[in-house]
Amino acid sequence: MSEALSGLLFDRWPYLLTVVLLLIGLYGMLMKRNLVKKLIGMNIFQGAIILFFIVHAYKHGASVPVHSAVLGDAPEAYMNPIPHGLMLTAIVVSVATTGVALALLTVIYRRFGSIDEGELLRRLRDRE
Amino acid sequence: MTVPAGSETLAHHGEHMASAFDATAQSQLPMLVLIPLLVGLALVPALGLLRRRLAYPTTLISLLAFLYYSLRTLFAVMAHGELEYSLAAWKPPIGIELSVDMLSAFMVSVIAVIAVLVAIYASVAVRREDPEKEVPYFATMLVMLLGLTGMVLTGDLFNLYVFFEVSALGGYALMAIGHKKAPVAAFRYLIMGTLGASLYLMGVGYLYVVTGSLNMDDVAAIIMHQSSNPAVQVSLILMVIGLGLKMALFPMHLWLPDAYTYASSTSTAIIAPIMTKVSAYVLIRMLFFVYDTETFLRGTPVGAVIMWLAMGGVIVGSIMAIAQKDAKRMLAYSSVAQVAYIGVGIGLGTPLALVGAMLHILNHAIMKSCLFLVTGSVALQTGATQIKDYAGLGRKMPWTFLGFTLAALGMVGIPPTNGFFSKWYLVLGGIREGEWVLVVLILASSLLTAVYFFRVIERIYAKVPEQATNDASLPKTAEAPLRMALPVLILGAGVLVLGLFNAWLVSAVIARALPAGMHVPGL
Repeated sequence: MSEALSGLLFDRWPYLLTVVLLLIGLYGMLMKRNLVKKLIGMNIFQGAIILFFIVHAYKHGASVPVHSAVLGDAPEAYMNPIPHGLMLTAIVVSVATTGVALALLTVIYRRFGSIDEGELLRRLRDRE
Repeated sequence: MTVPAGSETLAHHGEHMASAFDATAQSQLPMLVLIPLLVGLALVPALGLLRRRLAYPTTLISLLAFLYYSLRTLFAVMAHGELEYSLAAWKPPIGIELSVDMLSAFMVSVIAVIAVLVAIYASVAVRREDPEKEVPYFATMLVMLLGLTGMVLTGDLFNLYVFFEVSALGGYALMAIGHKKAPVAAFRYLIMGTLGASLYLMGVGYLYVVTGSLNMDDVAAIIMHQSSNPAVQVSLILMVIGLGLKMALFPMHLWLPDAYTYASSTSTAIIAPIMTKVSAYVLIRMLFFVYDTETFLRGTPVGAVIMWLAMGGVIVGSIMAIAQKDAKRMLAYSSVAQVAYIGVGIGLGTPLALVGAMLHILNHAIMKSCLFLVTGSVALQTGATQIKDYAGLGRKMPWTFLGFTLAALGMVGIPPTNGFFSKWYLVLGGIREGEWVLVVLILASSLLTAVYFFRVIERIYAKVPEQATNDASLPKTAEAPLRMALPVLILGAGVLVLGLFNAWLVSAVIARALPAGMHVPGL
C-alpha cells in the first residue's frame, strides 16, 4: 500500500467519511423520487459539510479555547473555536431550511395526495 | 492529524491589515441600510396580527427608509469611496464587517428601487390575489430583502452564507404563495438552492483551511500568491458550481421556469429581478475581488467554462422562450437567457465585458420586473395567462402595455433603451478579445428575443380578441388601478431614462465599481 493511500485511510479517514456522506446526500437529492428522501439527502449533505468543518478544526491534545496559565500562550495548546461557532450557525440554518421544506411538503401532500416527484411533475404538466 | 487552521497565517494580519483598512472611511451608513428592514420585519407580523391592513403601510415605510439610506450610501460612496462598519466594534479581520464599495452600493440601490415599486404594486395585487396571505407576503418579502441586502453589504465569507440562506428561506416561502402548483416548484427550488448554498459553504471551508480567515479582503491578500494550492482551486470550483446553481446558469437552470411560472406574479416580480442577480453579484465578488483574477480567471479554464455555459444558456433560454405559450413561462425562460448575459460578461472578465455584466444586472432587473408586473396586471384584470389571450389588450390597458412595450424593446436591445447598452458593452468586450463566435451569438440571441417579444406585441396591438369574456368576477374597467399601473410605468420609463443617461451611469458608478486595477479604455 502506498504511503499516500495509507495516510488517507488511517490518518485522514474522517475526510473520506465526509466525501462518502456528501455523495450519499447528493445521490438522495438528485436521484430519489420521494420528496422526503430528497430532503433527507439534503440533510445528509449539510451534515457532511458540518463534519468537514469540525474535523479540520480538530487538534490532537489541544484544550478548550480558554486561556490558562498552565497551558501558556502557544496556539497549539488550544482548540480553534471559530469553526465550531460557524457550524452552530450552519446547524441553525439547516434546521430552518428543513422546517420550511417540511411545511412545503405538508402543503404539497394536502393538495396533491402524493409526494412522489414523477407523479407531481405529471400533475404539474397537465393543464387544469 | 489535522493542520491547525490559521496558526501560521495569523502573523500576516498585522502587516497588510494596516494598509488595507486605513484607506476606507468608517461610517454608520451600512448598518442604517439594514436597520429599516430589521425593524420592518419585527413590526409587520406584529401590527399585521392586530389589523391585516397595517401590514402594507408598515412595509412601505420601512422600504422607503431602506431606499433613502441605500441612495445615501450610494452618494456617500461616490463622494468618499469605500465605507465600512465593524459589527459590535470588533475590528476586522477578527470581527464581521459590513464593507460597502461602489459595487455593493450600486447593488443595494437596485434592490431598494425594485423593492419599493413592487411593494406599491403588491398593496393592490396581493389583496386581490389572496387577501389572507397579505401579512405573510409582506413579512417574507422583507426576510428575503434583508437576506439579499446583507449578502451585498457584508465583507465576511461566512456571514454571506448566512444571509444567502436567509434570503433563500424568504424566497422559498414567497414562491410557494401563488398557484396551486407553486409549493411543488418551490420545494424543488429549495433542494437545488440549498445544494448551491452548501457548495458555496464547502468552498468557504476550503478557503478557511488555507487562510484561517473569513474576511474577504484578508482572504484575498493571503491567497494572492497561492494559486498553485489545490485547496484554493477546489474552493473556487465549488463556489462557481454553487453560485451557478443559484443564479440558474445553464445547464443548472432547470428549477427556474416552474418556480417563476407558478409563483404569484408579485412574488415573481420581486424574485426574478434581484434574486439571481445577487447570486451573480456574489460570483463577481468572488472571482474579481477575492480570488486573484489574473491567475484564476484567465490562468485556468474557469472563465472560459463560465462564458461558454452562459452562451449556451443565452441560446437555449431564448429558443425555449419562443416555444412557450404561457406568458410567465416565456418570461422565465427569457430570464435564463438574460441572466446568462451577465454570466458571459463575468466569464469574459475584461473591463468592458464586466461593465456590460454590471449594467445588465440593473437593466434586466428593471425590465424583467416591469414585464412580470404586467403579466400580473393582465391576469388580475382579464384572467388571461396564455399569450394567445393577450390579443387586443393594448387598447384595453393602454398604460400597462406602454410599460410592457418599453420593457420589451429594452429586452430586444433597440438603441435608445437601456438593454442596448449592456449588450453593446458585452459585444465590445467580445470584439476586443477576438471572441467572434461570442459576438455573433449575442447578436443572434437579440434576434431570437425580438422573435418572442414582437410576437406578443403584435398580438397586443394588432389582433382583436376572439371572443368577449363574460366573467362576472373580473373588474369592469380593464386598465389596472393606479397603484398597479404606476410602478409598471415608472419601470418602463426607467428603461428609457437609463438608456439616455447611460453614459453618466457608466462613468460615475459602474466604471468605478470595477475591481482595483481594471479600467475601461476611453473613460
